[in-house]
Amino acid sequence: MNQHLKMDRPQDDVIGTMAQGVIGTAAPRRDGPVKVTGQARYAAETGTGAEAVGVLVRATITKGRVTGMDSDAVRAMPGVLSVITDKRLLRNPAQGTANAAPVQDPGQVAYFGQPIALVVAETFEQARHAAQGLKVRYAAEEAVTDPFADTTEVERPEAKQTEQGDLDAAMTAAEFSVDSTYTTPAQNSAAMEPHASVAEWDGDRLTLHGSYQMVKYNRNELADSLGIDPANVRIRAPYVGGGFGSKLGIAPEAVAAAIAARDLGRAVRVVMSRPQVFEATMRRSGTRQRVRLAADADGRLTGIGHEARVSNLPDEAFSEPVTMATHFLYAGKNRKYAHEIARVHRTCAGSMRAPGEAVGMLALENAMDELAHAAGIDPVELRLRNIPDVHPENGKDYSSRRFADCLRDGAARFGWSARNPKPGQVRDGEWFIGMGVASAARGNILQESQARVILHADATATVETDMTDIGTGTYTILAQIAAEMLGLPLDSVSVRLGDTDFPPAAGSGGSWGAGSAGSAVFLACQKLRQSLADMLDTDPSELTLRDGTVTSSNTQQSLADLLSEDLTTIGHIEPGETSETMQHAGFGAHFAEVAVNAVTGESRVRRMLGVFSAGRILNEQTARSQCHGGMIFGIGAALTEDMVHDHRDGHIVNHNLAEYHIPVNLDIPQLDVVFLEERDAWANPLQSKGVGELGISGAGAAITNAIYNATGVRVRDYPATLDRVLPGLPDD
Amino acid sequence: MTLKTTLKINGKDRTLDADPRTSLLDALRNHLDLKGTKKGCDHGQCGACTVIVNGRRINACLTLACMHDGDEVTTIEGLGTPEQMSALQDAFVRHDGFQCGYCTAGQICSATAMLDEAKAGWPSHVSASLGDDVSLTDEEISERMSGNLCRCSAYPGIVNAIRDVARGGAR
Repeated sequence: MNQHLKMDRPQDDVIGTMAQGVIGTAAPRRDGPVKVTGQARYAAETGTGAEAVGVLVRATITKGRVTGMDSDAVRAMPGVLSVITDKRLLRNPAQGTANAAPVQDPGQVAYFGQPIALVVAETFEQARHAAQGLKVRYAAEEAVTDPFADTTEVERPEAKQTEQGDLDAAMTAAEFSVDSTYTTPAQNSAAMEPHASVAEWDGDRLTLHGSYQMVKYNRNELADSLGIDPANVRIRAPYVGGGFGSKLGIAPEAVAAAIAARDLGRAVRVVMSRPQVFEATMRRSGTRQRVRLAADADGRLTGIGHEARVSNLPDEAFSEPVTMATHFLYAGKNRKYAHEIARVHRTCAGSMRAPGEAVGMLALENAMDELAHAAGIDPVELRLRNIPDVHPENGKDYSSRRFADCLRDGAARFGWSARNPKPGQVRDGEWFIGMGVASAARGNILQESQARVILHADATATVETDMTDIGTGTYTILAQIAAEMLGLPLDSVSVRLGDTDFPPAAGSGGSWGAGSAGSAVFLACQKLRQSLADMLDTDPSELTLRDGTVTSSNTQQSLADLLSEDLTTIGHIEPGETSETMQHAGFGAHFAEVAVNAVTGESRVRRMLGVFSAGRILNEQTARSQCHGGMIFGIGAALTEDMVHDHRDGHIVNHNLAEYHIPVNLDIPQLDVVFLEERDAWANPLQSKGVGELGISGAGAAITNAIYNATGVRVRDYPATLDRVLPGLPDD
Repeated sequence: MTLKTTLKINGKDRTLDADPRTSLLDALRNHLDLKGTKKGCDHGQCGACTVIVNGRRINACLTLACMHDGDEVTTIEGLGTPEQMSALQDAFVRHDGFQCGYCTAGQICSATAMLDEAKAGWPSHVSASLGDDVSLTDEEISERMSGNLCRCSAYPGIVNAIRDVARGGAR
């Protein structure tokens, strides 16, 4: 008994007509009590204590071959069970949604820090000591590690070099123009839970307790890596300690744990150390971006150019899609894009929160600020003047877009009119004070998803799907959707997630989780409502379900009385024609007030506001927290985060949380987040859009634009650390 | 070689016979089935492993279990249960002071001890003077909690939760 929907047409608002009144509310997280009391079990904590412990060994060359290692000496150490160099070990994690094994073979080294072996022992202390003592011999080769060196091999995929009209002519004819180059550094997702797996075999069947975002893909990636049937692989990930893209694809520790567990005939736990998370998972690529803007005397754009160089290892399909938002955000007839991928021997590049927008919008939104100053137009007004009627490259309509309202509403709330447009004019003691604005935009995506909903005879319900909750609020949101549709108190709905034994969902990534998995739950509940209506010989639209009571025309009865047995159904959503016919995105505007110290050049964010239009908000509190998270990632990108690669061998110099500076509590003021009322009938039947990545998109540019307003210093090389601000500060 | 250590954990005597290299954190997680305390970096850089030893918050990854014979250790499990949460645990849920939940045990243990430090008049880097009573402004809370990283960036909720409890907010 299934309910299937392919999104070929816009959908009426159904959930908004229900009576329970829990959808959209700030219901506290369902997983809250077990998390705040330390009862939630994350991947590394699933073992019984009897499992063996594996520690990965890292390459200490950049490129070449492993010619041998003194495994026997290590095997003789106390407690050591095995030294594994199996050819199936992964070079790096799979890319998000890869669905197949990434590059394998630990004997071939492609970057400094690559896993090349697993040492397994009875205890962590023994395994760590033995792994550190393993002597490895290499045949090292010359390696290119600098993405911006003249000699570095660069790919230019034809499909990503596009042109419309004549940008050069537009630049020449422009009344005002900007031609600036920006750089952004490599970054790391730095989720608080390091990548961890516990592998256990029962005959030919493997169960992996892992910290993963997209288990339906991860199962196939793991099976393909091991050369076994995916039907024999079960992955469980009910609690995931943060992802931000770093846990999209199966990673080296999972495959190593599975191989070791098979060899040894016992469960094996492998947890990456923090330096290994930096070196052997995914980095966000550094970028170099040239942005050109051409405008007429009124500040109306006549041309946009966005050319980027990014980097990755050889044989990796992913490349940071820098210009994503530039295509659809602003008007301008003449447009030009270039995309270069430098092939370098550095840690693999992959998706980190809002791949593309997170770095591309820093450059684009800084360039818009530069244009505003050049043209003498208020930066909010400049953006308003350049909102296109339809997609400026393909003519599609926007599925929903309250972009202008976000800018106007935000400006009013923030007190933007008090901003002095001339830089360096406002002082508070030894601090320069400035305000900055930037737009936010992030493509919205629907992905195929299934969920099972069981309406029990006692008028409670259970939702089951392999969808994950990586801090995004899935447990809570799916319960709200089911409770709303079935007219049940929230406490009557339980949600089970993160297990490949459940129906496959989209997984957490690309901001598509809540809308996609939520739609599957919605569809299942729609079918259940149909079943209830059939029992009462009426139409579902005539049913009112609330607090476990069924009301239909003049009759009222308890749901438990109506039900004689459990009803089970699977909801199944698929993207359809609406994905093609419309341009889908969430929009917003960031406003920041920043203080820059006149003595030290230190920048502090004093207050920040994000106004967003993201369709129906499914849970006001978890959505706000997602936006906080995105904005704070933006503060980190603007001011502190910089993964430094050694120029000689490409190794990551600051592979730890003391030297890779993510924002700490004192770096963050109270943030304001406002959601504008919006519905998107083209997105999915819930009429919602993603929020997980919208908050980071553009956020950092609001801060660097505020630094410019405060001081007149235009930082074009991120992050805006003291040394980049201090030399340009006005004389006192 | 192993070493026998007896610790008073959450009010109960627990004896451990472990490799002397075992950190207090790994002793809790791998030997004593107290997995609520988290390992985020194992280097004293993130605060996820914060526990309270003899009334003071410390990073459990930076100290060896065998150095704590006879010590009183309070972990997140000792502060409350899902059915009976401590005031801070409850406030973290109400104010959404976490997302993924991995840093949360450390945040709450840290905040629990921090409130006592403030009550005892300990100044912080942002205190105006060394001698006065501590008033837990948002800036004071943020400074005193800056040893506990949260990559989900629930900092606004964390500050709201702690402020609520510091001012005697009802459960």
